[in-house]
Amino acid sequence: MTPVTTAPAADERLRSARLLDRLVLRPEIGALLGALAVFAFFSVVTERFLSTGGVATWLDDASTLGIMAVAVALLMIGGEFDLSAGVMTASTALVTAILATRLGWNVWLALLASLVFALAVGALNGWLVLRTGLPSFIVTLGTFLALQGLNLGITRLVTGTVQVSGMRSADGYSSAGFLFASTFTFGGTAFYVSIVWWVLVTALAAVVLLRTRFGNWIFAVGGSPVSSRAVGVPVTRTKILLFMTTAGAAWLVGSINILRFTSVQANQGIGLEFQFIIAAVIGGCLLTGGFGSAIGAAIGALIFGMARQGIVYANWNSDWFQLFLGVMLLAAVLVNNALRRRAERVRR
Amino acid sequence: MSPLLEVRGIGKTYGSVIALRDVSTAVNAGEVTCVLGDNGAGKSTLIKVLAGVHRHDTGEFLVDGSPVRFSSPREALDRGIATVYQDLAVVPLMSVWRNFFLGSEPTVGFGPFRFLDRRRGRRVTRTALAELGIDLRDVEQPVGTLSGGERQCVAIARAVHFGAKVLILDEPTAALGVKQAGLVLKYVAQARDRGLGVVLITHNPHHAYPVGDRFLLLKRGRALGTYEKSQISLEELTRQMAGGAELEALAHELRGVSG
Repeated sequence: MTPVTTAPAADERLRSARLLDRLVLRPEIGALLGALAVFAFFSVVTERFLSTGGVATWLDDASTLGIMAVAVALLMIGGEFDLSAGVMTASTALVTAILATRLGWNVWLALLASLVFALAVGALNGWLVLRTGLPSFIVTLGTFLALQGLNLGITRLVTGTVQVSGMRSADGYSSAGFLFASTFTFGGTAFYVSIVWWVLVTALAAVVLLRTRFGNWIFAVGGSPVSSRAVGVPVTRTKILLFMTTAGAAWLVGSINILRFTSVQANQGIGLEFQFIIAAVIGGCLLTGGFGSAIGAAIGALIFGMARQGIVYANWNSDWFQLFLGVMLLAAVLVNNALRRRAERVRR
Repeated sequence: MSPLLEVRGIGKTYGSVIALRDVSTAVNAGEVTCVLGDNGAGKSTLIKVLAGVHRHDTGEFLVDGSPVRFSSPREALDRGIATVYQDLAVVPLMSVWRNFFLGSEPTVGFGPFRFLDRRRGRRVTRTALAELGIDLRDVEQPVGTLSGGERQCVAIARAVHFGAKVLILDEPTAALGVKQAGLVLKYVAQARDRGLGVVLITHNPHHAYPVGDRFLLLKRGRALGTYEKSQISLEELTRQMAGGAELEALAHELRGVSG
C-alpha cells in the first residue's frame, strides 16, 4: 500500500519545484528584490527619500544611466561589450554643441548630424569586432581611448578650452530642449523628461527582446554564435545593429545632457561605461552573453540612483557608495552564476 | 528515380592537404546512408561539402539529379538539406520552442509591428516533438536542461518540421550513453520512415548497422568501399572499421610483446 500513497505526494513536490525553477529563471528577479530592499532601507533611514522631491531626484539620477544600461544590456545579451559607450555620451554632446554654437547650425540639424556620427562609430565598433574576431572588450577599449582623445583634442582646437558652452542661444534650442530636457509637473514636483525617455527605451527594449524575431536573435548570437549561424541567423548584422543601438542610446543621453546643462566638458563620460555594465549585470545579464533582461537593467540603474541619492540624504560620506556598489555587484554576479549553472545543467 | 543526393568521385583539398579523394555514394528517400570512419578519415570534410559549408574541388555533387555547388549552408537548407551538428545544434540557454524556431520564427502582425507568435511557436513545437515520439512537458524550459539525447532529438524534429528532405547527422550518438544513443537511433529510424533520406556519420558500427541501409567506409580521405546492408555483416563492418588486416597485425604484435 505504501508506494501507492507516496506516489502522488512525490509528483506534487516535483510540480512545485518546477514552478520555483521557472520563477528563478527570470533574470530580473534578483534585481527586483535588491531594489525593494534598497528602497525600503532608505525609506526608513531618511525622510527626504520618499518625498516627491526626493523621488524626482533619484529617478532623474537613474534615468540617463538607465537608458544606457538597457542598451548595454541588449549588447551584453548579444555577447559583446562596449567600453566606448560612456565617453560616447560626451562625444555626441560635443558634436551637437560644436555644430550648433561654432558653426551656427540649427540644433535639430546638429542633433541629426551627431546621431549619424554615433551610429557610424557604433557600426565601426561592430564591424571591427566581427571582422577581426577580436574580443569586443579590447576593440571598444581602443575606440574608447580614441574618442577620449578626439573629444579633448578637437574641443581644444575649436574653442581653445576643454568645454563647449552657449547652447542656449542656438537656433531651435527651445523646441529641442522641450523634447530632451524639459520638466513636467506631477504631484506639485518637477520631474525631468529624461525619466519618460528611460521608461520608453526600457519598454521598447523589453518588447523587442522578448516579442520579436530580432530579440530572439539577440539571445541566440550571445548564447551560441556558431549554432545561430548554422540555423540561418544573421549573426554579423545582429551584432552590428546592437553596437549601433548602444551608440544611439549614447546619443540620446548626450543630447539630454547638452540640452539640459547647455554646456559640455570634453572629459565628461569617462568611467561611466563600467556603471552601465554594472547596472546591466545587477539586472541579471551574464558576462558571457545569451542571458539577461532589459527590465532588469533598468531596475539595476534604479538601484544605482536610489543608493547614490539615498546615501546623500542619509548624510553619509559618498565614499560608502563605492562599497555598496562593490557588494551589490558581487552579489549579483554570484546569483547570476548560480542561475546560469541551473539553466545550463546537462543531464546525460 | 534519381537519388535525393549523390556524390560521384568527389574530392576536397585544403592547401596541400588532400582531405577527401574520389568518394562516391548516394542517399535515397526513406533510406539511411551511414558514413563510417576513424578520426581524420574525411567524414567531416564530406558532410561539410554536403551541408554547403565547403565546396568540393573535384567530382560531381548532385541534388535530385542535377549538379550543384553550394556557397552557404543556407543554400543547402533551401534545397532541403539540413545538418544537425554534434555540439552546435542548439543554444543551451534558450527555451526549447525558441530553439526550435530559431532562424525561422513565426510572426503575427505586419511592418514594424511584427511580433513573435509565441502561442503558435509553443504549440507547433510540442506537436512536432510529439510526432517523433518525444514527450516534453514544458517547451519553455531551457534546452540546456534537457538530456543530450533529447537535445539531438529537438534538432532532428526541427529539421524534419522545416521540410528537410535530407537529414545529415554528425556523430549524433558520440557523446551519449547507451540508453540515450538508442533513443536517438529510434528517432533516426522514425525520420527515415517518414520518407527522409538520412546521412548518419558515426565511428560506431554498432550504432550504424541497425538503422543503416548503405554503408560508406572512409579511411584517410578515400573510400574503402560502399556496401548495401545485404552485402555486409556487422562483424565484417566492425572488422573493416577497425582497420581489418592492420588490427590483426597489431593483435599479433601485442601478443608478441606480452609473450
